[in-house]
Amino acid sequence: MYDLIIIGAGPAGITAAVYAARKKMKSLVVSKDIGGQAAWSGDIENYTGYQFITGPELAVKFEEHLRKYDIELKENEGAIALKKEGDIITVTTDKGSYEARSAIIASGKRTRELNVPGEKEFKNLGLTYCATCDAPLFSGRDVAVIGGGNSALDATLQLMKIAKYIYLINITSCLGGDAVMRQKVEESEIVTVLNNSQVTAVSGVKMVNGIKVKREGREESLAVGGVFVEIGLIPNSEFAKDIEKNQAGEIKINNRNETNIPGIFASGDVTDVPEKQIIIAAGEGSKATLSAFRYLSEHRF
Amino acid sequence: MAVNVKIYSTPICPWCMRLKQFLKDNNIIYQDLDVSTNQPASEEMVQKSGQMGVPVLDIDGNIIVGFDKEKIKTALGL
Repeated sequence: MYDLIIIGAGPAGITAAVYAARKKMKSLVVSKDIGGQAAWSGDIENYTGYQFITGPELAVKFEEHLRKYDIELKENEGAIALKKEGDIITVTTDKGSYEARSAIIASGKRTRELNVPGEKEFKNLGLTYCATCDAPLFSGRDVAVIGGGNSALDATLQLMKIAKYIYLINITSCLGGDAVMRQKVEESEIVTVLNNSQVTAVSGVKMVNGIKVKREGREESLAVGGVFVEIGLIPNSEFAKDIEKNQAGEIKINNRNETNIPGIFASGDVTDVPEKQIIIAAGEGSKATLSAFRYLSEHRF
Repeated sequence: MAVNVKIYSTPICPWCMRLKQFLKDNNIIYQDLDVSTNQPASEEMVQKSGQMGVPVLDIDGNIIVGFDKEKIKTALGL
């Protein structure tokens, strides 16, 4: 029986674990990865104490801090269920089952998928979710970027230096994101923005060779040699079936990081906390542990 | 145990950075091929791995796509 189980090891989960170690709580961290979204962020210039650090470097710093303490860590384990019966909380993962008096959900967000035919089949065969990683492999090709926010604009800007021609497929009536980036994209001679357009399929033979796009009631095919999916993120909250969420699937918390179930707390990007930032996730992680500590003391566990 | 380790990577890819850091931390010597500028290496990577995502790791012919720590540890006997 643990005092606390932390689900997730991004900025929120790791900070929660460090605070738990310092409170001498018997805790366990289960996580699919270490560093979470921070580990694949680009340049970070707003995490106090570091004027400049890359996402991977900050993730390494977080991991070092976590491992400085004797914290039990189960890596490559994703939570699949979370239950409370009586005073006991059970976290079930794809590898085991663990019991505790309290829990913190800090499982973050993941890349949203298109959910169209051909998407899974051509993943990494010309379809990618990481423009920062894979864009350089598409030099001289016609490509499509799917999305209309900052990450789609960022991918388009990166591709403007490399690709032959870019279609930016946006589902809404006009592009979102920062005005400065939007202007650069709109002024480019090698970018066509298709608004009110929805991707309905990804096609190919071995590698991607096109997409189907529905616009103005008609479906048309676009021949492209690369597809960059940049349509935002969704919370990893499906396993927490009994926990109250908002419409976006984010876990509802109060300012003490309490969920609707006493003893179960949540922090970071998986929650409805108003801003999603590394520093906010870290701060929320510490708050969640302090709340869990108070909960355990009040219940004399 | 001398192994021949090659990384196919791009310059600012976060997973490539983590992969290289992981190998450095484990004192593994590797050859880094930048597929954004090295066209033959880019073709070699697609041919070897059958896909277009980076990073790709070649450990004595054993191809690992992505920063898959468990597979890498097994392949390197760590």
